[in-house]
Amino acid sequence: MHAPDGFLNTGTAVATGAISAGTIALALRHAKHDLKEKQIPLAGITAAFVFAAQMFNFPVAAGTTGHLLGGALAAILLGPHMGVIVVTIVVVVQALVFADGGLTALGYNILNMAVIPAYGGYAMFRLFRRLLPKSAGGVISATGLAAWVSIVLAAMAFSIEWLFGATAPVSFTHVFAAMVGVHIVIGIGEGVISGLAVGAVMASRPDLVFGARDLDREQVADGRRVKMRTFLIGGLVAALFFGAVISQFAFDNPDGLVSVAEEAGLIDSGADRALGNSVFADYATAGIQNESLSLAIAGIAGTLIVLAVGWGLFAAMREKPPEPRRGRVGT
Amino acid sequence: MGAGHAHALYVHEHSVLHRLAPETKIAALFVFVLSVAVTPREAVWAFAIYAFLMVTLIATSRVGFRFVLIRLAGVLPFVVFAFLIPFIASGEQVEILGVSVSREGLWGAWNILAKAVIGATASIVLAATTEVPEILRGMSVLKVPTVLTSIAGFMIRYLELIVEELGRIRVAMTARGFDARWLWQARPIATSAGAMFIRSYERGERVHSAMLARGFTGAMPDLDARRAHVSDWVKASLLPVIGVVIALVAMVLT
Repeated sequence: MHAPDGFLNTGTAVATGAISAGTIALALRHAKHDLKEKQIPLAGITAAFVFAAQMFNFPVAAGTTGHLLGGALAAILLGPHMGVIVVTIVVVVQALVFADGGLTALGYNILNMAVIPAYGGYAMFRLFRRLLPKSAGGVISATGLAAWVSIVLAAMAFSIEWLFGATAPVSFTHVFAAMVGVHIVIGIGEGVISGLAVGAVMASRPDLVFGARDLDREQVADGRRVKMRTFLIGGLVAALFFGAVISQFAFDNPDGLVSVAEEAGLIDSGADRALGNSVFADYATAGIQNESLSLAIAGIAGTLIVLAVGWGLFAAMREKPPEPRRGRVGT
Repeated sequence: MGAGHAHALYVHEHSVLHRLAPETKIAALFVFVLSVAVTPREAVWAFAIYAFLMVTLIATSRVGFRFVLIRLAGVLPFVVFAFLIPFIASGEQVEILGVSVSREGLWGAWNILAKAVIGATASIVLAATTEVPEILRGMSVLKVPTVLTSIAGFMIRYLELIVEELGRIRVAMTARGFDARWLWQARPIATSAGAMFIRSYERGERVHSAMLARGFTGAMPDLDARRAHVSDWVKASLLPVIGVVIALVAMVLT
């Protein structure tokens, strides 16, 4: 997802740059507590870990491999603020030192790879933690599901940015279907690896997992394992459900969605032509019969992302300053 | 770290570009890439000049064209996507070699390709002529928060170590017959990533205490306090000034 220079138009680059910069400033202010303890070497070395994890391939199917993005994993291990800072640094260094991703594309690359996976993924983690038992298995499953959703959220965000800043006449609905479809599958790998990695950390240093600080010793030791196969099948079912719902909305029954959206005031059918000519890139809405359809899909996906990221952000800010996380917990 | 303490992306040479103060190079790179990004794609001549500027830049930097070309392979995934655009894009169709493609799509593909390659080339030359600590020092001179640059510094310092450690785990696993081909066989990989996180974290704690013991107060001392001369700024501004002029002319003409 490292987009190069000139991938989206200038307006989108500037707007996403402003959003990303604002969020990082916020994260820096709230992570001050951690960084004030002069934990800079710690943050740096864990950033190197995230960087290395992105270079590390894991098998997907029949010998093909994928690699981690690690935004949700970093947020769950380090806390959302530190997670977002660490992944942002990884993305910036990749652009500046490794020429991986464009400099003028940093705004949307940081938004898609750091801000949305970290805060959105953390929000999903909290949600799944509430639904799952308070045990190591619960934390591991919640991590897996949250990491998976975080990838889908990032793919959605990328498609919405394409709606605003397309540089080629590939319609939003095509990009959305391709990006979300592919990432629903890729995300399963991210989820499995993230969940198991957190499980491995919990097995020997549960005190290092930010997202599991509320568990006491007995709950961590509660050894009901979530089996790999169960987890995979669950993920697959969820993916199919997700995909079915989206395709249902997007392609089989567009009129239903549009009318719902109109009733809900999401789109004003009289004004969308004017909108399509001003704010949105002409390209992304050109060539499809129903302009309001793509606006409706974008509206719903956008609302989902904003809700998830906003919730993650507020959940993270409301949290008490972390207790000192040093020293071993008996194993 | 086979070759001294230089990074694999840095090419040891003695060119004008190597000697420029890092902050001037970073600022110049940003302005230049920005002007390339806003250049209208119809101004093909502008991109020809940019390409010529890049060739001159590589020649001046003495890092070698082969080196830059190999490093450019990094933008390959998006090049593939760019090549797909004309076939999936909508709008007026034109025939090329008997295949019907979208005219607008061709322009879109050209736009992404040209800007991505020029942007990446400029960044590669920066990384090849500036050592990483220098880039970070340049960033902090340019008012990037010190917290971020010092975290980035530690990240780069320990990156190769951690990658090599991960590589050793991989070798050890392969030597014991581990050959995962499906996702449900990935548990050992994920657990080694988890183990790696613990090792990294504990290494971070150890490094931190070691630094405290040696008088670390939260900021790294600046050993090489060489400030940019006016002449550095003048030399470095050559490229972005030409870039901005071309971009402006291109915008007026199209």
